[in-house]
Amino acid sequence: MPELTDITIDKDIDARGSFCPGPLMELIRGMKVLPVGGVLAVSSSDPGSAKDIPAWIQKAKHEYIGAFPEQGYTRFVARKTH
Amino acid sequence: MEDRMSIIVYSGTVDKLMAVATLATGGAAMGLDVELFVTFWGLEGFRKDAYKTNMRISKDFEDYGPIMMEQMMAKKVPSWMETLKGAMEIGNVKVYACSMTMELFDMKLEDLEPVVTEVTGVATFVDRAKEGKMTLFI
Repeated sequence: MPELTDITIDKDIDARGSFCPGPLMELIRGMKVLPVGGVLAVSSSDPGSAKDIPAWIQKAKHEYIGAFPEQGYTRFVARKTH
Repeated sequence: MEDRMSIIVYSGTVDKLMAVATLATGGAAMGLDVELFVTFWGLEGFRKDAYKTNMRISKDFEDYGPIMMEQMMAKKVPSWMETLKGAMEIGNVKVYACSMTMELFDMKLEDLEPVVTEVTGVATFVDRAKEGKMTLFI
């Protein structure tokens, strides 16, 4: 997994405090409007996101860059591939 | 088998409608078509504007009702209707009203929230559900 500081994030969504399925919804909405090749980050404090977000990215066939733990939340980063 | 999740929405209490909306979102997110067949007390929950004032919760956990509502407000949990609309935004989600209940309660399609688009019979629902991968009764 790359360092978060090495990645250029094009769109940064703060979904902290939002409950399942909120952060996943934010990610899906964000991906819709992001140009192909763009990198999206979603910050989530919902423990369900750790499994839900990678599962959706895989299903939707985008590129999962990684999960970066922060204080009390995690930033999930993915690149839109199509 | 088709990639479809069918849910029989029998209950009209907020806790169960939240479960319906959340599961529908999960289904829509993972690429399943989602069909809700709303019957009996579920239709009371889908009456126009009812979701704004409906505070009913399941009888077996009735004593938890006020605290649940309080927590939902404090944590700004979206209403189940907002969650359901979100599911409709990201995927193929259809809501059907049970014709038998509609007649029983003298309801018309226009009495219901606009997310309900069609009135259908049980046989049609079952016929479609049998081709799907998942059927839930809530």
